[in-house]
Amino acid sequence: MILALEYHRSPGRFIAARSLTATKLGGRMSGMIAGNVSPLRLINRQAPELPGEGWTRVTPRLSGICGSDLGLLTGRSSPYLSPMTSMPFVPGHEVVGETQDDLPGMPKGTRVVMDPVLSCVARGTPECRWCASGHQSRCDHITTGRISAGLQTGSCADTGGGWSRQFVAHASQLHAVPDELPDERAVLAEPLACAVHSVRRVKVAPGSTAVIIGAGTVGLLTLLALRELTEVGAVYVVAKHGHQQEKAKALGATAVIEPRKAIRALRRVTAARMHTPEIGGDFLLGGVDVAFECTGGSSGLDTSLRLVRAGGTVVVSGMPNGGVDLTPLWYRELELVGAYCSGADGADFADAIRLAGTAPLDGYVGTTYPLARWREAINHAADAGRLGTVKVAFDPAR
Amino acid sequence: MSRPGFVLDVDERTPPLLMHQGEGFRLERLPLGAKVIYPPDSLPGIRNVDAAIRHALLNPHGTEPLPELLTPGMRLTIVFDDLSLPLPQMQTPDVRQRIIEQVLEMAAAKGVDDVELIAGNALHRRMTPAELRRTVGDRVFQAFFPEHLKNHDAEDHDNLLHMGKTKHGEDVEINRRAAESDLIVYVNITLTAMSGGSKSVSVGLASYKSLKHHHNVHTLRHSNSFNDPPNSAMHHSYDRMKGVIDDHVKVFTVETTVNNNTFPSSMGFLNKREWEWNVRDQASYVAVKRANELLPAKTRRRIWQSTAAPYGVTGVHAGEQSEVHPLTLENVHRQQLTEVNGQSDVAIYGLPYVCPYNVNSVMNPILVMSLGLGYFFNLYKNKPIVRQGGVAIFYHPVPNEFHPVHHPSYIDFFEEILTESTDPVLLETKYEEQFANDPWYIQLYRNSYAYHGVHPFYMWYWGAHALEHLGDVIFVGGNRKTTSRMGFRSATTLADALEMAKDTVGSSPSITYQHAPPLTLADVR
Repeated sequence: MILALEYHRSPGRFIAARSLTATKLGGRMSGMIAGNVSPLRLINRQAPELPGEGWTRVTPRLSGICGSDLGLLTGRSSPYLSPMTSMPFVPGHEVVGETQDDLPGMPKGTRVVMDPVLSCVARGTPECRWCASGHQSRCDHITTGRISAGLQTGSCADTGGGWSRQFVAHASQLHAVPDELPDERAVLAEPLACAVHSVRRVKVAPGSTAVIIGAGTVGLLTLLALRELTEVGAVYVVAKHGHQQEKAKALGATAVIEPRKAIRALRRVTAARMHTPEIGGDFLLGGVDVAFECTGGSSGLDTSLRLVRAGGTVVVSGMPNGGVDLTPLWYRELELVGAYCSGADGADFADAIRLAGTAPLDGYVGTTYPLARWREAINHAADAGRLGTVKVAFDPAR
Repeated sequence: MSRPGFVLDVDERTPPLLMHQGEGFRLERLPLGAKVIYPPDSLPGIRNVDAAIRHALLNPHGTEPLPELLTPGMRLTIVFDDLSLPLPQMQTPDVRQRIIEQVLEMAAAKGVDDVELIAGNALHRRMTPAELRRTVGDRVFQAFFPEHLKNHDAEDHDNLLHMGKTKHGEDVEINRRAAESDLIVYVNITLTAMSGGSKSVSVGLASYKSLKHHHNVHTLRHSNSFNDPPNSAMHHSYDRMKGVIDDHVKVFTVETTVNNNTFPSSMGFLNKREWEWNVRDQASYVAVKRANELLPAKTRRRIWQSTAAPYGVTGVHAGEQSEVHPLTLENVHRQQLTEVNGQSDVAIYGLPYVCPYNVNSVMNPILVMSLGLGYFFNLYKNKPIVRQGGVAIFYHPVPNEFHPVHHPSYIDFFEEILTESTDPVLLETKYEEQFANDPWYIQLYRNSYAYHGVHPFYMWYWGAHALEHLGDVIFVGGNRKTTSRMGFRSATTLADALEMAKDTVGSSPSITYQHAPPLTLADVR
């Protein structure tokens, strides 16, 4: 038996959480609502069984709370994803842990981080065109094979997830962690790999301008990846909280802008023209070359579409929720690019592990909680920006 | 004969004194021993203004009478001061209208057909058709607008003419139509000693390329004060530019001055010395103050902005500018100059609701700074009323409000630039060109009703001399956020402000209150 946080099917609780967090006041109290209304429960359950060859049990040392997890718990995530989950499941896909079984080239006890995508190799199905070409995050087979549906570890009933004391992972998902990389940095490898992937999803021309909407974990790590892996010129970061602004500057932001000033400030630095529609927010004619939407909110995406120059690109890095006016996409002939998890056949993850060791990421994982204090952890994560935290994680062994 | 200005020593019998505070006012009891500078009583206005104008046009100084300068087939351009003058706007008919009508009558009598009228708005916002109509009158407006009655466009490069450079290398670039005219008639209202004279054409019709030579930190810091032209580097630059302009085009100047009748009879107490208020004035004060406080903010602003002053015209002089302007300045001094003995540790100013750049608009924080540390601080000759390192206390709420149409670049300047620094030199060096050449600001200046992108910088430079001179700046009743953004402090009451000033000037500072408006020019000995 293991201790685990389990998410179970409860349309009533999902809708209740969604309704409550839809209001302005509810939005501010989303952490409390998630902790009390969402269908998450702390249970002792059977440890997941190994599905077959090439799998190992993993005991998490740290397991992060991601924005997509919060989206699920607050009812804001899209029902589109529901066929790609299997209930009940244990959330948690940002993990640093230790393997409990020997794998080829990876002895038992290896400290690992995990690419959570459950692709064809893990499922034991013939490789789809995407897995065959190294784009496992686009796998077409995530609802079939020897394990139940689940787009990644943390949404599959058979594998368990990071918010527990044990789960199972396939060798293809695991990456050994160098000894010198502490757990607090290693747990950032997965979101960092996503950031690396999102930057690689578009061609960032040398000297081009970029804006990052949001300076939570995804936004800050996207900034890091942009600076490390491209020859981007000016990078502007739209950040709400003071500590985010400081961290963005430390990672090389050209300027950090408060959200309410974003359009005006970017108009000025890009010498664009600003216009105010009769209804809706201001927009630019001119603007930045590429925008990375890292909030997962509809207003962030809406702002991105209004900030990008004609023919520019908007990369959706945060898991989106809510609708936006796509008129700028049509009128300004923008490119709208999705970026999900990591890719490049593991190269993104390798770069992420390297960057996690060298980048100034000390203090990003500020607080860890035992599973028993999960309500406080969720509450803290939902308010992380305001509370001066970048990443909140569970320490399941405590 | 009106009484001259004087300096009052506050004693036990001195009543509370009126203090303007944005779109409001209050009575404030000043500490014993404080000095209060009052302007001369309002001078009597000329009874027959039209006759005085006609006399001036027919008997100009230093040149032939206007009709003799008018010939058939000539290109005549009439330029007039824009809505930044006078303040508040004057009751109609505007003296500019009266002058323009007579000039046009003379031109018509001489068979002059090619006549254009241009508002000399430099980098100010365009005047709306209604504002133009109010200034030039119905007859002129209907006959000339829009083809032949226009705002100057300092970004219409096809219609600018670079006339050359001064011996100091200053570019002189002005409106092409005016520059290529056979005669410019400049119609001016000189409200303060800084206006009129060589400033009229060289500033009112200029481009950024030309203006930047005198609208800069260095020049403003060496203009002590800019209301004292002989001691103003800014006016020296204007004079040099005038020399270049005079080589190209003949300018016939018509300058007028107004008296201190700043407020209409319903608020007549604002024009009077407090101890001379009669029962009616005291009742008016209570009623107007109470009503003003009860009004919704928008209504209150609309009422203040629609207040027109019943100015009397105190002088009309025409002819060659260098001969006309000294006479104009004499009239200004006659109305505004008050001798003051020595400087004080603390200066107090009550800032009113209007400055040259928020007519029919909003007084944003940058404009408050410009009005206080620029215009009011510089209302002196010889020396500021406050000593070097002293403290200036201003009364104004400094609300965090901006007019989005009139002042778009001000918003960016306040929100982004001032957060980095308030040092005028740094701002000038790092950001001025960027704002001046920003295509969006240029578009809004040309096609909307926006001040030019560089204008907030000029407003900040306007206070550069005061920023260098003063040890501390405190706004009584000022919004804490806006004042601190600008590097100043705010206090709830005068007592608090004086307490805060202790660190700089000690616990028993000498205090001088410059009582305005009506405007007072302190001649500090």
